[in-house]
Parts: sequence; structure tokens; C-alpha cells
Amino acid sequence: MIAIRIEELCKVFGTVLALDGLSLSVEEGTVFGFLGPNGAGKTTTIRILTGLAHATSGQAWVFGKEVTANQHEIAQHIGFLPEEPAFYPWMTPCEFLDYVGRVFGLPNTVRSARIKELLALAGLEEAAKRRIGGFSRGMRQRLALAQALLNRPKVLFLDEPASALDPVGRKEVLDFIEQLRGQCTVFMSTHILADVERVCDTVGIINRGKLVTAAAREVLLAQYAIPAFEVEVDSQTTAGFVNWSEALQREHWVKSVSLEGLVARVNVTDIEAAKRELLASITQAGLILARYEVVRPSLEDVFLRLVGQEEAEK
Amino acid sequence: MSLFVAFRKEWLELIHSYRLLIVAIVLVFFGLTSPLLAKLTPELITLIPTGGISIQMPPPTVMDAIGQYIKNMAQFGIILALLLTMGAVAQEKDKGTAAMMLVKPLPRSAFLGAKFLSLAAMFAIALAAACVACYYYTLLLFEAMNILHWLVLNVLIFIYLLVFVALTLFCSTITRSQAAAGGTALGLMVILGLVGAIPGLGKYLPGELITWGTRLMYGDTTTSWIAFGISIGLIVVPLLAAWLIFKNQEL
Repeated sequence: MIAIRIEELCKVFGTVLALDGLSLSVEEGTVFGFLGPNGAGKTTTIRILTGLAHATSGQAWVFGKEVTANQHEIAQHIGFLPEEPAFYPWMTPCEFLDYVGRVFGLPNTVRSARIKELLALAGLEEAAKRRIGGFSRGMRQRLALAQALLNRPKVLFLDEPASALDPVGRKEVLDFIEQLRGQCTVFMSTHILADVERVCDTVGIINRGKLVTAAAREVLLAQYAIPAFEVEVDSQTTAGFVNWSEALQREHWVKSVSLEGLVARVNVTDIEAAKRELLASITQAGLILARYEVVRPSLEDVFLRLVGQEEAEK
Repeated sequence: MSLFVAFRKEWLELIHSYRLLIVAIVLVFFGLTSPLLAKLTPELITLIPTGGISIQMPPPTVMDAIGQYIKNMAQFGIILALLLTMGAVAQEKDKGTAAMMLVKPLPRSAFLGAKFLSLAAMFAIALAAACVACYYYTLLLFEAMNILHWLVLNVLIFIYLLVFVALTLFCSTITRSQAAAGGTALGLMVILGLVGAIPGLGKYLPGELITWGTRLMYGDTTTSWIAFGISIGLIVVPLLAAWLIFKNQEL
């Protein structure tokens, strides 16, 4: 089932076209990474999906309900973590979660049990009676995640959930998100490629308000990443290393070879041919192999390639 | 239900932020000091060295105390209404708490309505305390007042203050910062004051409620229902306009 559907969404701010006919759909139960450079339109998309902003044209649906017409009904089933979560500083986490629980109309017993559960999940049990005004950024982010999960949402919107956190806080938040896989649909916007690579199973890349591509992470990597090998030779055989790399560039299955010290990165066009012939060429050149590996393409390669292509076309 | 939930939060905020306490203290202070000042002013004036000129002061009356009370409640009430209302919506929009809460099933009408009702409740409590305090001190220093007239006067002052709460809440809704909301509200108040200064128009505006209450304390039972109706209108219309704007506003 489709959890989120967006069709030809446009949003204009004065003379700026923030969203330019954005269309995409997100399957139920996936952790969808909405990836794009700063100003690409990620936050605007989330704001429209959550009812905080209105599209200039186009439509969006969350679980089959059109967002503008069914805002109140959709609000019952979504969770939202803004980029910079804001709280009432005079409240304690307990009071804030209680307020959110009351807004969702949870009965007293259910509400207190859920608050207890979420405070434990967010690691805020000890700070439960402290004022939020004195919380660190990491604590606020964890509390923001807790409040977003209070109603057991079907769709969870996360806007840059880990971008402002230190490495420890980031790991905690990403672990938290990972645990949600299968429990609800997560729509996570970020510009941090490593975060998407780590927790998202489906990726959508947006640039200048338009969807560049959207697919399962592995499909995207297989489709767009450049296959490459890394070869490291022993320091005793450096003399023939340069000659070997020059000869290698003439092979039909090689796209490019770059050298960095004793390491050669060989980008290839035919991975099967490379697997057959690369090792043989090293042996023939009399080089002593120290390391040989098929480079796992990264999402960064894909992202830079796709966004770079877009920019070049512009 | 949503209105009650939102009201509960607003009420707790008024208590935690000491706003309820501050408003109560300020209004009760003026409630207590108004009869006291009325009583002591003539004596204080006689203490001022006048260089041989004799100043004849009539003995203070209960009406001096009431006049002082009305003036203080109206002036400081308006200042408090402006200061405590200008950030109500604007600050929540600016800080992001409005966005955080309004993606949840909390209707914007309840969000806005709860703000007005909590502020109204705060002024009602503070004014009631000031009303009791002033009555008691006036009784001690002067004489008993007509309780019914005294209560009506305070209800009229309350409605008068609500006009400024509603207008400021409207300004807070249409702007994004406290300062802009305060400035706009102040502008509206000045316009209201200027319109009231036009001969013949003042008797239809909220200021007439204060005149009506004063008249009543003098024993004159002439009513000003048109001004009353217009004042209620000046509460309802800004609130409705605020809701209509707010429900489609991007956060």
C-alpha cells in the first residue's frame, strides 16, 4: 500500500520556486530517505504533507487522504519531528508528553503508560521532572522524537533528525529510527548521506524542487554507482606500478585509473571483464599485491553524480 | 474537549510564568491604593510648602476613591492586556511551538480560543480580587458603596479590557513577532482613541463603558447599551477575524 503520494506539487515563495512539480510515492512500512542539498525543497515538502504549509498547485495524500481537505483526520495518524523542535521551556518532559497525549485524546491510564514507555525509550527517565528549558540539544531531540511517537503514528515525518547532533547523539537518534522499521512508515529528510545510507531502505533525491530519482537504496546503488576496484601494491614494486596503470588505461573495460601513493583506483565499464583480467594484469606486470578489493559504491557517489548531472544540465 | 485541553495548558502557563500572579498583584495594588490615595492626597498637598498661598482642598469623598480606581484599572489594565497578549500567538509561531502542536489534532480554533479564554479568566480573577480589595478599603476609609453598582462597574471595566485583549490577540495572530504584534495593537488603540475623540462618536465606543460605570456610581442609571453592543462586537469580530486568518495561515 502507498503511504504517501505526491503529484505535481508546486510551491512558490514570492519569486522563488521551492517545489517544481514534485511527484513521488512512498510504500507503507519503509524508511524513506528524502535526500537533497540545502534549499532543495525537503522541508517545504514535509510542511505541506503535515498541513503547516499549502501547496501553490498539485496534491498530496497520506494513506489515501488528501492532505488539505483531511488535515484533522491525518493529524491523528502522523508524527512530526521538525528540524528545530520547540517546546514550552517551563514544562517538564512529563508535562509536555501529557499535553500531547491529551491533544490526541488518550485516556488517562493509556497516556501515563505510554509516557513512561517513551521516556524510557528516549532515555529521559531521570530528567522526567526537570524543566525542558535546561535541556541539551540531544535531550531535546530525543524528547521531540518521543512526542512524535506518542500516538503510535502510521507515518512519521522527520525533518533533518540528526543534522544538529554530536556523533553520540546522532548514533542514538539513528538507532532509534532503525528500530521503527516495519512499525511505521518513516519519511526522513536529510542532507547527510551517511545517515540515509545507514537507516533508509528507500531513497528519493530532490534538487531544485524536483525529484531527481527515487528507488530502493540497493537498486539505486546498483543502477548509478560506478563500479570500481582498489589495488594496493607492495612498496618494493613501485617502479612498475606507473607503467602498469598506463597500460591498464588502454584496456576496453577500464574507464579511468587514478593513483594515490601505492593505491590505484580503477573505475571500470565492464565489471565481469575486470574481475577476470585485473588480477592477471597485476601478475603479468610483476607487481606484488598487498590489497585488492571491489569498492562498494556509496550513496554519495550516486548523489553527487545525479545532482551534479542536474546542475550541469541547468 | 480540545478547547479544554488547550485551555488547561494556557492556564498552567499563566501560573508557571507568574503572569496570573503579576496581573493580580498589580490590579490588587491599585485596588488597595486607590481609596488610600484619595484619602491621603488632600493631606499630602497641605504638607507641600506653598510660600504663604493657602490651598483649599475639599474633604475627600468616596467618589474620589472610585474615580481613582476607575482611572487606574482602565490605564494599567490596558497596558497589561497589551503586554500579556501581544506574544500569545506571535511568540508561539516565532519559536515553533505552534507548528509543533498544530500538526497534531488540535484545531486552530481551540488553540486561539483557549488563549483568549485563559487571558479573560486571568483578568476576571485579578479584577475580582482588586474589586474586593478596593471595596474593603473604601469601606474602611470612607463609607459603604452600592454593591450592585460596584459590581456592574467592574463588569464594565472587565468588558472594556477584553476589547483590548481581543484586539491585541488579533494583532498577535496576523504578525510573526511580539514586537510587531505590540506595535500594531498600539496603533489600533491609538486609532480607537482618535475616533473616540471625534465629537458625538465617543459615546458609541468602549470608553463609554467606563463613563457608564462612573455614572452608575454617582447614582445615575442612564445606560449605554449601544456602546456595550459595539464593545462586544469589538471583542467578537477581532476574534473571528483572527480565527479566519489563522486557520489558513502557514506556520
